[in-house]
Amino acid sequence: MLIHEFQAKEFLRRLDVNIPEGRLAATPAEAIQAARELASPVVLKAQVLAGGRGKAGGILRADNPEEAQKLAAGLLGSHLATAQTGGQGLPVFRLLVEKAIQPKKEFYVGLCVDRKNENLAVLASSRGGIEIEQLSASCPESVKKIGFYPDEGLKLFEARRLAYFLKLEESSVRDFVHLLQKLTRFFIDHDLKLLEINPLALTADGKLTALDARMEFDDCSLPRHPELAALRDESQENELEREARKYGLNYIKMDGQIGCLVNGAGLAMATMDIVKHFGGRPANFLDIGGGVTEEAVSRAFEILLSDDQVISALINIFGGIVRCDLVARGVVKAAHSRSLKKPVVVRLEGTNVAEGRKILEDSGLPFTFALDFERAARLAVELSGVRI
Amino acid sequence: MSILIDSQSRILVQGLTGKEATFHAGKMLEYGTRLVAGVTPGKGGQRHLGLPVYNTVEEAVKSEEPDVSIIFVPPLVGAEAIMEAAEAGLKLIVCITEGIPVLDMLRVKSWLKRYQASLIGPNTPGLISPGQSKVGIMPGHIHRPGPVGIISRSGTLTYEAVQQLTAVGLGQSTAIGIGGDPITGLKFAELLELFRNDSQTEAVVLIGEIGGSAEEEAADYLKTSSYPKPVLAYIAGITAPAGKRLGHAGAIIEGGQGSAGEKIERLKAAGVKIIDNPARIGLITAEVLSVKN
Repeated sequence: MLIHEFQAKEFLRRLDVNIPEGRLAATPAEAIQAARELASPVVLKAQVLAGGRGKAGGILRADNPEEAQKLAAGLLGSHLATAQTGGQGLPVFRLLVEKAIQPKKEFYVGLCVDRKNENLAVLASSRGGIEIEQLSASCPESVKKIGFYPDEGLKLFEARRLAYFLKLEESSVRDFVHLLQKLTRFFIDHDLKLLEINPLALTADGKLTALDARMEFDDCSLPRHPELAALRDESQENELEREARKYGLNYIKMDGQIGCLVNGAGLAMATMDIVKHFGGRPANFLDIGGGVTEEAVSRAFEILLSDDQVISALINIFGGIVRCDLVARGVVKAAHSRSLKKPVVVRLEGTNVAEGRKILEDSGLPFTFALDFERAARLAVELSGVRI
Repeated sequence: MSILIDSQSRILVQGLTGKEATFHAGKMLEYGTRLVAGVTPGKGGQRHLGLPVYNTVEEAVKSEEPDVSIIFVPPLVGAEAIMEAAEAGLKLIVCITEGIPVLDMLRVKSWLKRYQASLIGPNTPGLISPGQSKVGIMPGHIHRPGPVGIISRSGTLTYEAVQQLTAVGLGQSTAIGIGGDPITGLKFAELLELFRNDSQTEAVVLIGEIGGSAEEEAADYLKTSSYPKPVLAYIAGITAPAGKRLGHAGAIIEGGQGSAGEKIERLKAAGVKIIDNPARIGLITAEVLSVKN
């Protein structure tokens, strides 16, 4: 679960990490009010759950309150499309209005789970403000990484090593070491997957200040941090994806014409891939999962059909724990409720396959049966209007 | 032969009395797997599915001498269950549980360094040596004993592959799901090494997917090991968008790393036969084996 910059900064404030003075604004009137209170040039930052906001025009400077109001009116209620969101982007409902800060130097500091080395890692670079992936590719010598284990934490000497790598002045070394200690402890205590401060600014008065903050929590650990649940912002999720999540479905909207309903993540990916292999374009990733109910299958199929881009649908089930008859009943229910007209190709295999097929056949709805994976995919692609 | 489990393997079920475990343990018994005991704290002394239940893994090990444990416990106690099994001396631990927090798994991995235990999973369907032993939740009836080893990050896609192989007359030596999480136990490279020394296995099929670097590590291993058997691979997720988690917690392209295209190139360069159509895993494996023989 990603949280907004203003939420991440609230955590930092509670940790006594310096952040620029700021206010949250949901209307242009609140923005002008915030700019007046801050009594200085301000930066307006669109609160969307994606990186790349600066380049996309989501971070703007205003020299006076009137300008702040004008810029806020343009940003609020708009959609911001960044390199990470693609498509139509994410809706902007709130702006963080902050005192503009003139940094003397900017650094990158990040904490993450290092899958390859199976530990945690802290990364630091003297070239802040640039995305870390880009930095690691273009000037790897400017990035230093130190691995550590959750039960041991980051040692003081390791934090110092990073401080000296960044060529911090002696007076800032201690601040930096304290900052890293707080961040690593917070990261471990709250089960984060990612924490980035980019940039971390060194200001003229010698203070280290977090100009931006990004935090991602591990969804699997949320049950043991119930206080974090309130931080989820559903307005930032695709409407269909949000609806699917409620039913425990893994649905991701894509841009194609062939709707896919599959059990199992691997088979769902393979189903999208084979659609592409035969020249079609998948409309979505949809894994109904193992412990699915008839109700959830029905919702899944409705969600799939409610995507206007879908021309044909492909149902690919390899029943194991999931029973084909349960899937069939859910599908028929949804098809009736949406008076299905689109062609649907069905491939069922495994547990209770005969019962499942009979339920679909008896429904009188336009299902086409395919005996194997390849024939099912070819048919669905052809029915979407692509000639193979 | 087979790898990791055979007809002699003695299996312990952690969380035996739970609903999922009861169902799947029943299926394993039907398959002929030698389940010897279960562990559920607070239910020691009872019998369940005809098996003795113990409060701790330590007691179960002392009395029943299992060498493999399969874990069905809730996600927030999954890490504890793995550590308990390792500490009690189990040699192979198979963790079916999905949704164990990543930091817990990092703790597990550093804990395991102190013991001789190998971990399969978590978030895995388990493993099966057809005709001998099934330690997992896969449908047993689609498998046949035979010459193909399978290593996969997926569940249902593995069943699909197995069914295709069985349909073309190719049985399996051992089929292993390594798990769909970001942090798992044994991965492709270690398991390839085991298949290398297994006389039953004539070819190995890898089923990978986007995210992480297990496939790249397998490519590096194959490149430097003059591997004596043909290796084939299908990598799922060529159509996956970056930054989105596709069902499995581990299936995500992060910062441009872990894409299917990149994995395919690396494996190809290491001499692996790439299968680009997931409906032809069986046919292409049969072709490769018939050319070889």
